[in-house]
Amino acid sequence: MRLSYPADVKIIQVPCTGRVDILHLLNAIEDGADGVYVAGCLEGECHYLEGNLKARRKVEYVKRTLTELGIEPERVEMYNLSSAQGARFAEIANEMVEQIRGLGPTPVKSNTAA
Amino acid sequence: MIVADRKSLQEILAMVEDNKKILIAGCKGCVTVCNVGGLKEVEILASSMKIARKKQGNDIEIDIDVLERQCDIEYVAGISEKVGDYDAVISLACGVGPQFLSEMYKDQTFYPGVNTTFFGGATQHGIWEERCAGCGTCGIHNFGGLCPIARCAKSLMNGPCGGSSGGICEVNKETECIWDSIVRKKMDAGRLEDLIGVKGIKNWRTARDGGPRRSIREELVQGNI
Repeated sequence: MRLSYPADVKIIQVPCTGRVDILHLLNAIEDGADGVYVAGCLEGECHYLEGNLKARRKVEYVKRTLTELGIEPERVEMYNLSSAQGARFAEIANEMVEQIRGLGPTPVKSNTAA
Repeated sequence: MIVADRKSLQEILAMVEDNKKILIAGCKGCVTVCNVGGLKEVEILASSMKIARKKQGNDIEIDIDVLERQCDIEYVAGISEKVGDYDAVISLACGVGPQFLSEMYKDQTFYPGVNTTFFGGATQHGIWEERCAGCGTCGIHNFGGLCPIARCAKSLMNGPCGGSSGGICEVNKETECIWDSIVRKKMDAGRLEDLIGVKGIKNWRTARDGGPRRSIREELVQGNI
């Protein structure tokens, strides 16, 4: 299966999406990421029981924070898929990239950057 | 513990809108336990504020620190060397924190980042309820271990008011009528007569009505024992 997905996506691997923290997501936005999504296992299929459910709650928290700050909450998303769904992985990457393209570049830009 | 809720990001951002470099000071005491002012919350606030300010094109430098407790001067003294480096300091401790800080560092401005609400505990993860009003004369044992001062909307001492309906308080449908619970508990224990005796008038001078309070333990004032 030689599927391609957009080069815009930078993958950061974690043992379980339960490891993803609110701060990881916020720091990504803070550092200028146009969007960030969490790709966890299917709900009910977590090897650690509820890591993906916790990740979803954290994503929801960050969405609320972004909304409070006047930033589109769609810049942060949670997806669920199994490790056997390679095609779905590529599809999600395309979907997210299209969504972020629709929103445009991040409004979070440092005014001190070179 | 003392329970607090964080102020909105907009309110906090407005406090320091003219500042370029601030410190956010958390506290490892009660506000860490009620998930509002510990290390994690301090980091989240700092990141959220930096995002907001970058969006405005008006970057802000934020350092963070979490004091062991902001209600003890020896720990408040721990930031003496750096406190002057900032335009302002946001404290995520209860209302005691910004005051102890303000008293020790008279030239610095301290903003409260939380609204301090009550003395209480967590009834489940994420839900805290008031249990004590700090009235200064505890009589919980007279009411089956349930405090009507803190938990009755009217702080009634002699039984439920006419607003008690189906065990619920008329003030808020989420609030149980604590007098309903007190009476039921006594009935279940077969000790309803405990509530019949006439109690003396409560001395409210030990509560806030007597002005700011002070607790002195002579043996400790004299030195360690």
